[in-house]
Amino acid sequence: MQRRVTFDSRLLPYLLLAPQVAVTLVFFIWPAAQAVWQSVHLQDAFGIRSEFVWFENFTYVLSDPNYLDTLQTTVIFSVAVTVLAMGVALLLAVLADSKIKGASAYKTLLIWPYALAPAVAAVLWMFIFNPDIGSFGRALRAMGYDWDYRLNGGQALLMVILAASWKQVSYNFIFFLAGLQAIPRSVMEAASIDGAGPVRRFWTITFPLLSPTTFFLLVVDMVYAFFETFGTIHALTQGGPGKATETLIFRVYQDGVVNNDLGGSSAQSVILMVIVIALTAVQFRFVERKVHYS
Amino acid sequence: MATVEIRNVRKSYGPVEAIKGIDIAIQDGEFLVLLGPSGCGKSTLLRMVAGLEGITGGEIAIGGRVVNHLDPKDRDIAMVFQNYALYPHMTVFDNMAYGLKIRGIPKAEIRARVDKAAEILELGRFLDRRPSQLSGGQRQRVAMGRAIVREPAAFLFDEPLSNLDAKLRTQMRVEIKRLQDRLGITSLYVTHDQVEAMTLADRILVMNHGVAEQIGTPLEVYQRPASLFVAGFIGSPPMNVLDGRIDDRGEAVLVPGGQRLLLPRPRPTDAGRPVKLGIRPEHMAVAAEGFSIEIELVEALGADTVVYGRLPDGETLLVRMAGIPTVRERDRLTVAPQDGALHLFDAVTGRRME
Repeated sequence: MQRRVTFDSRLLPYLLLAPQVAVTLVFFIWPAAQAVWQSVHLQDAFGIRSEFVWFENFTYVLSDPNYLDTLQTTVIFSVAVTVLAMGVALLLAVLADSKIKGASAYKTLLIWPYALAPAVAAVLWMFIFNPDIGSFGRALRAMGYDWDYRLNGGQALLMVILAASWKQVSYNFIFFLAGLQAIPRSVMEAASIDGAGPVRRFWTITFPLLSPTTFFLLVVDMVYAFFETFGTIHALTQGGPGKATETLIFRVYQDGVVNNDLGGSSAQSVILMVIVIALTAVQFRFVERKVHYS
Repeated sequence: MATVEIRNVRKSYGPVEAIKGIDIAIQDGEFLVLLGPSGCGKSTLLRMVAGLEGITGGEIAIGGRVVNHLDPKDRDIAMVFQNYALYPHMTVFDNMAYGLKIRGIPKAEIRARVDKAAEILELGRFLDRRPSQLSGGQRQRVAMGRAIVREPAAFLFDEPLSNLDAKLRTQMRVEIKRLQDRLGITSLYVTHDQVEAMTLADRILVMNHGVAEQIGTPLEVYQRPASLFVAGFIGSPPMNVLDGRIDDRGEAVLVPGGQRLLLPRPRPTDAGRPVKLGIRPEHMAVAAEGFSIEIELVEALGADTVVYGRLPDGETLLVRMAGIPTVRERDRLTVAPQDGALHLFDAVTGRRME
């Protein structure tokens, strides 16, 4: 059934839309437009004059081997965070959905990390993994393992991946749990009478029926890994050691704010934007076709 | 094909006992209906046979093998659920083939079995559709098909028709009966609908509060209800129940208002005993003397007419007459039970007095 609202005043609908439109304009369209404008300009160090340089910023950025390294780091980071955050969340949700004692307390606890600011979460992880004062870091060293994420790039990347995934698990968990609870119990019972064991039930019934949720979370988590992990990385490693944990979004900040290269940084933002738009489009185009919406 | 034996089966949820010891042996090929109001434990009993609920006490054996600790998949049963429980992401073909694939049956045989079931159920045209593209009746058939192709030892039906509209329900009921006659597979069928129970069952198990009130053929249950509960549950409109007392000579029942109804045979040992007297509305007939009622409501059903009458002491008395109404509201009428149509129940326990 469709319900159509009619307004007496012709102005009112526009007025009601205005706040949302204003927010989008001020916080998205305007900065995005500025980024595009700046990406084709070269500014002097003091921000007094700028010069139109066509796509020079882009050619400069894309021909920089460091930039390509960062791109590679970003791909590893984003894929790892997405897979890890979704995998762990799905596992926890399946466990929470089965009949266990204290399930409601368990569910509440799992949602907490989402309420934590990225910087706070990062400090927490530092207290765990710091080789000098962190409990886990010290334990690793005591066992003779040379653990120091401040010197070892691989370890640093592993840590930011863990921290960033951990933060997103809660969010994914809520959606997966809701998705699981929407699957009728009798369908699972029918499958078990049909002879499917728990593992096969999961892969042939649960997983396909969860696919709309999984697809949604895939898009959200990719965007999260690309854009929203800046705080975590900044607080934990500042992109280091070397550039081992420098992702595209962190580099945008580094080049623009720290190194004062507004044109280059803007070009990077535009590239980043294009990448994410393309990724989302690809996901919708190819993955969604396999998704079953009931 | 197999027998299903239920031996003193109990189910408790904490301190609450939902099933209080049910005993029944279902013969090979028999159609048993579990009938009762909601919450009587009939679905729980069925789910215990399926292996979807644990068994607190007693034993369930399928084909002579105790299955208490077997998983549903190892019990060789197929179940049809109230909401059909079809796999929404699979085609009709895959829905039916799912269980066969898991059991490692060769592809060609799966194809053959599904095609055969589809033919029986007239689903041939829909094999490539998803459940969401089917009507309620068609989904119901797919659920049946999924059970048939498995060729199980027993079919379990959990109120399979209650999500259908009245017309379709009647139609599917006939189809289920035909199918079961044709396949001869032992079936347990849960319903709260007495018409389904009467028409489908070889035997009915009437349940109430986790207890088997009566086990018998549909006609036994109708003609000789074992308790007041069964008497009230089977038959529509329900049986009239009046308070009465057997007279001092044990020859007749006295009911308030001074009526004296002769017993089919004297029961001197029960002389003076208070009883509940049951008379089915269809066993009442207009008579020269008997209960005098004032008609409150007349329900014309076409083939017959139900008259709601008020006795002088305020009790309601239902009378079912053949054909279209010949009486009107506020008329006075004298009715009496036909010979041998009296059911006597113990006033305290509600059990039938033979």
